[in-house]
Amino acid sequence: MSATTHALHLDRFEAAKAGLPGDARARADALARYAKLGVPTPKLEAWHFTSLKPLDEAALAPSDAKVAVTAATVAGHALSTSHAHHQLVFVDGHFRADLSRIGTLPKGVVLTGWSAAKSLPKDFLAEAADAGAMRVLNAAYAADGAILEVPAGVALAAPVHLMFLGASGAAHARNRITMGEGASATVLETYVGTGRYWTNAVTDISIAAGAMLKHLKLQTEGGEAFHTAATAAHVAAKGVYDSFVLSIGGKLARNEIDAVLKGEGGRVKLEGAYLARARQHIDNTTIIDHAAAHCDSEERYRGVLDDHAYAAFQGRIVVRPDAQKTNAHQLNENLLLSDRAEIGSKPELEIHADDVKCGHGATAGEIDEQALFYLRARGIGLEQARGMLIEAFVSELIDAIADEAIRDRFTASVGGWLYDAQGARRAA
Amino acid sequence: MLEIKNLHVEVDGKEILHGIDLSLAAGEVHAVMGPNGSGKSTLAYVLAGRDGYAVTKGEILFQGKDLAAMSPEERAREGVFLGFQYPVEIPGVSGLSFLKAAVNEVRKHRGIKELDAMEFLKFVRAKLKMLEMGDDLLKRPINVGFSGGEKKRVEVLQMAVLEPRLAIMDETDSGLDIDALKIVSSGINALRGLDRSMLVITHYQRLLGYVVPDKVHILSGGRIVRSGGKELALELEEKGYAVLGADAA
Repeated sequence: MSATTHALHLDRFEAAKAGLPGDARARADALARYAKLGVPTPKLEAWHFTSLKPLDEAALAPSDAKVAVTAATVAGHALSTSHAHHQLVFVDGHFRADLSRIGTLPKGVVLTGWSAAKSLPKDFLAEAADAGAMRVLNAAYAADGAILEVPAGVALAAPVHLMFLGASGAAHARNRITMGEGASATVLETYVGTGRYWTNAVTDISIAAGAMLKHLKLQTEGGEAFHTAATAAHVAAKGVYDSFVLSIGGKLARNEIDAVLKGEGGRVKLEGAYLARARQHIDNTTIIDHAAAHCDSEERYRGVLDDHAYAAFQGRIVVRPDAQKTNAHQLNENLLLSDRAEIGSKPELEIHADDVKCGHGATAGEIDEQALFYLRARGIGLEQARGMLIEAFVSELIDAIADEAIRDRFTASVGGWLYDAQGARRAA
Repeated sequence: MLEIKNLHVEVDGKEILHGIDLSLAAGEVHAVMGPNGSGKSTLAYVLAGRDGYAVTKGEILFQGKDLAAMSPEERAREGVFLGFQYPVEIPGVSGLSFLKAAVNEVRKHRGIKELDAMEFLKFVRAKLKMLEMGDDLLKRPINVGFSGGEKKRVEVLQMAVLEPRLAIMDETDSGLDIDALKIVSSGINALRGLDRSMLVITHYQRLLGYVVPDKVHILSGGRIVRSGGKELALELEEKGYAVLGADAA
């Protein structure tokens, strides 16, 4: 047996499957599909900018989740308790009721880890025929994850915080969010951890007519960690999917979002920021599929890259033949702090309707020297001035986050990244 | 206050200023006038320390210290203020937080206690009142979407808040209509004082009708070709730069 992450996942399945909940047959099928697909390589269009070779070579086996985590560790990553919220904690992909604080929920709302759920949705492990390798591997191994069901007409006022702690091996969490007609909720996923591990998460979202989900993600995995995540959101008529992904951590991180506008009057907003340094590799790959007429999508990602960092942005927008009166706009802007940092930015517009408004743009630039001089000419030191301009670039997006506790948390993470950057520069 | 001696300045390897001598005493206001391309903005930038403006000969002494050896931020903390001809728009940074950071850098340098948020607000409000300004512009990102007049008013406000010993106003009048010019001029006048010197750089005499200088210098081709009293500006207005031995604008 060659010790690769790939081989370990194939070899351990027989022993692991008895302990995995749900449809055993679906899992076996998923593993067979994974075995066929193999680890994605840059030869695949969807993985053009990202090689998973370092992940494969890291030889990470499926996690057995025996890692001890203290309440103090969880508290350190929690949202401020001065804001009401529902907190679910997962360690290496496994729900930990003892560390969670779900609190009181409006009538009819289901919020739990699925190892603690009364029943599992039938199609829980189902994967589309064209699903990628990482998704089907997750289907084979997923043992737990969050379930949120907000019934029709219910507004879940306090945000839901799903905290994922990584410590060892490969964690395949699988989350499901179901929003009934006219329902609304805010969900924050945070990913943190220490050591060498792999998070391979799937989050499936269904948004019924007139419902709204604000979905935020803060990825601050440990510096030796790997992170691959796939989010799929289906949006019905007049539904809203509003996403913000802030990626800071991990040695190699990839975030995929696949949003489908299935009914007229739907809206998708994908925003994100990524901050990378050293030899970090951060990939954001998104697809917005306009499958119905009269829908709007707006996409805006901003990146800050230092040292030898590499970022990829692939934004595909599909406008189907019937999706007339589509408005779709995409913008990817990058700030390069080092001449060795690199961005691969690829917009893909695939438009099959004629009465649409679509636009895209991508930029990469350095810190504005004029702005830097302006700040310095007022007495602000070079490092602080640089920090202010970098922070401003990112905070223009973050400041628009409506939930105060989450916005503060994102701002603090960006501040922490800048503080580390300045420390590193001073030491150099 | 400011002693410029035989100052030669290069930009991109090309000499722009060919030996400037200028002496500005405490409390004095001097105007530097000149046609386009005479080196006016180069003089402003080299005093403020912009990258790419290299002093190749001569010296700049500010309160006896070698200004050319300092970084832009050190100059500002020592009390040099540049009012920009084109104030830079900086999205994402609020005017208020920027100004608080700047004021506290200056105070730290001078060994004065830094202001907390409440103290700073009080301090700024007093300055706003003196200049008859509202605080709406400060709440927005720096200069973003401001009109030309608003930008220049905020420059004057920044000067009021930073309390510099030397203010260099680089073509503060450019792009202003007569009403805005009056407002900005009265702001500058309100900030004149015995221990504050000003170097007012301008192309036209018009500003000097409101901000009356103690002395006028004519800059042309990178040299000061003539110096005189405030009547020199009027003479210039009447006869044009060519008559005074300067290149035509």
